[in-house]
Amino acid sequence: MSKTLDNTYWILFKSMFVISMSTFGGGFVIITLMQKKFCDELQWIDKDEILNITALAQSAPGSLAVNASILFGYQLKGIKGSLVAMLATILPPLFIITFISIFYSMFSDNKIVQIALKVMRSGVAAVIIDAALSLMKDVFKSKDLFNVLMMAVAFILSYFVKVDTVVLILLGLALAIGLELIQNRKVVKAHGVV
Amino acid sequence: MELFKIFFCFFEIGLFSFGGGYAAVPLIQSMVVERYHWLTVSEFINLITIAEMTPGPIVINAATFVGMKIDGFLEAVVSTLGSVVPSLIIVLLLSWLYKKYKELDIVKRILKRIRPLVVAMILSAGFSILVMALFKVNDYRNINLDNIQVIEIVIFVASLFLMRRYKVNPIMIIFGSGLVGTLSYVLFAMI
Repeated sequence: MSKTLDNTYWILFKSMFVISMSTFGGGFVIITLMQKKFCDELQWIDKDEILNITALAQSAPGSLAVNASILFGYQLKGIKGSLVAMLATILPPLFIITFISIFYSMFSDNKIVQIALKVMRSGVAAVIIDAALSLMKDVFKSKDLFNVLMMAVAFILSYFVKVDTVVLILLGLALAIGLELIQNRKVVKAHGVV
Repeated sequence: MELFKIFFCFFEIGLFSFGGGYAAVPLIQSMVVERYHWLTVSEFINLITIAEMTPGPIVINAATFVGMKIDGFLEAVVSTLGSVVPSLIIVLLLSWLYKKYKELDIVKRILKRIRPLVVAMILSAGFSILVMALFKVNDYRNINLDNIQVIEIVIFVASLFLMRRYKVNPIMIIFGSGLVGTLSYVLFAMI
């Protein structure tokens, strides 16, 4: 019994460590990698929940990667899970930057390293767009026109108008809560109570 | 004394860096360059370059780098911890609330409504990186078709195909694209 328990922590740590080590290109990469590992591969959590976690992570201060790991760890194993997931997320950059700050000039002047990092971006873009395509398919499948419109408008605001993601999430939350209130009022009126 | 100062400097940065990523850069600069003079402007530019080249959140990269610069590994650990403690407190509270109320119908409906928004943001992040990879510009408005990067296009298309058709692991794709891309550049340079 305790062995399976320990195993979950170890798999969580190992997976988050590898994921964190591979998140070149910003916070959303970690979300897509977490989705692949924890939804598709291990089936610890479903896709909807990863999206909920992303929205919540984005609405708190701090980096998306760290916040998402804390939220995810907590859903899985409470406070201990959060600590394990967070530690696994911050250790790789801690080690890498420590190492690089010692050998900085060797690293930054290296042509090969620079090429590798630039060209890697095309792979990173493919990883994020692959995840986005799968998630978009789910939104279209829901056949909810409101959802599809919300997605299209949010994309335009985010990509073309450059609205900050935190602002977008907060606006979306406000809109969702507002709609909820309007709907409740209608229900109350229809039933003639209050 | 210095350790406390380092810890609370990055605690403050962690607390006020909403949105993470490059939104945090001006805040980090004002703290470590202007207020505490731990880094010079040119060292700060080096830091941003390194952060861009390495995995991990920029605030953590900055904390570790500044800690190492001040003295050594102990300072790096303290500053890194300082930068994540605000997140840990706030997000743990948020996690607890989420776990407690996520089964409530009203919470479920509200979360369901904002999911398409998160999908849109992921797609938007993907497009930004794609434009940077294929055209070497930071913004779609600066796209110049003469600058299109052929090797990057091939790698992008091949990566997407491998993932969608054969479900290749994304981590393999990230490191694989770096390896194959670099080899191609070296080969083309030799021809």
